Amino acid sequence: MLTLQFVPYSEINHLTSVGRIRKLLNLAKENKIVLLEGRLQKEEEAELIKTTMEEINRDFKGIELAVINTSSGDSDPFSRLKSSFVSALLGNKQGFTIIGPARVIKSIKRDPNRLQILMKDANSKRGR
Amino acid sequence: MKTTFTKFITNFFKSLFGTKKQIKLGIYGPVNAGKSTLANKICKDWVGEEMSVVSKIPHETREIQMKEKVKIKVDSKEIDFNIIDTPGIATKIDYEDFLKYKLTEKEAKQRAKEATKGVIEAIKWLENVDCVLVVLDATENPYDQVNITIIGNLVARNIPVLIVGNKIDLKKAKIKRIQDAFPQYPVIGISAETGKNIKEFYEQLFEVVK
Repeated sequence: MLTLQFVPYSEINHLTSVGRIRKLLNLAKENKIVLLEGRLQKEEEAELIKTTMEEINRDFKGIELAVINTSSGDSDPFSRLKSSFVSALLGNKQGFTIIGPARVIKSIKRDPNRLQILMKDANSKRGR
Repeated sequence: MKTTFTKFITNFFKSLFGTKKQIKLGIYGPVNAGKSTLANKICKDWVGEEMSVVSKIPHETREIQMKEKVKIKVDSKEIDFNIIDTPGIATKIDYEDFLKYKLTEKEAKQRAKEATKGVIEAIKWLENVDCVLVVLDATENPYDQVNITIIGNLVARNIPVLIVGNKIDLKKAKIKRIQDAFPQYPVIGISAETGKNIKEFYEQLFEVVK
């Protein structure tokens, strides 16, 4: 059974970087797709990839990751200023992060206007 | 992490004693974007020999490759670079993906194991580079999280970035798509394999490192 778990930002806000990465990675290793409110810091994203690589084994093949930044499409100066102001107020609480196990998610396709999560065929890779 | 203050002191003493600075130029990007082909092109152009092995099998570069003292000249200006070719960054590695390239299971597992270590090394080396070429395959969708994470990390570390859209010799290449995805950064389209636009690439590189 496929599980999508929503993680509110308040659940990771008080954690250290290591704690945040551990929490998110543990959920992915339980074959859950995580929908995190907000985003990790840039350095934490790189650390998440590094930690993922350290933990790849026979059962865990890695993750699919996508960060949806709700302000990234702003092109005019006023919108950018508004986004900066909102960012200053909300910090990393803006947007969403999707993290899922590579065993379940085939790929995450995105462009500026949409995001598609392509799932693996349930019979193709499970149980190997 | 090397602090800004430490960097300042190092640079101050280097300039005081006249040490000629060599710029550590990291070549980063996702798997199979053509990083090693570009590293080879640069070295072939300025040193006369290649530095990395390239192949169609993903994760061919699984260790950091470095070529020191590569002197590049544009017009009357010369800069010494240490070229650092890094393994492709990925969020997943499955040894079974290598089996379709006719590797044995043992070879595929070994390659996967080395590839994971390569990604870790590449991320660690972000601390040691002065400037970075982010090489993207211009035929692929640039809105990949790996690309966004690499560029975001370089910006967070104040490391100058030049985005190189590679493989523009191919019909499917769309350099505009890369420019639209990363409008805040300089983007140059090249073909590391055919040498297309390589002169403009060197000029753009000098603009970024100056």
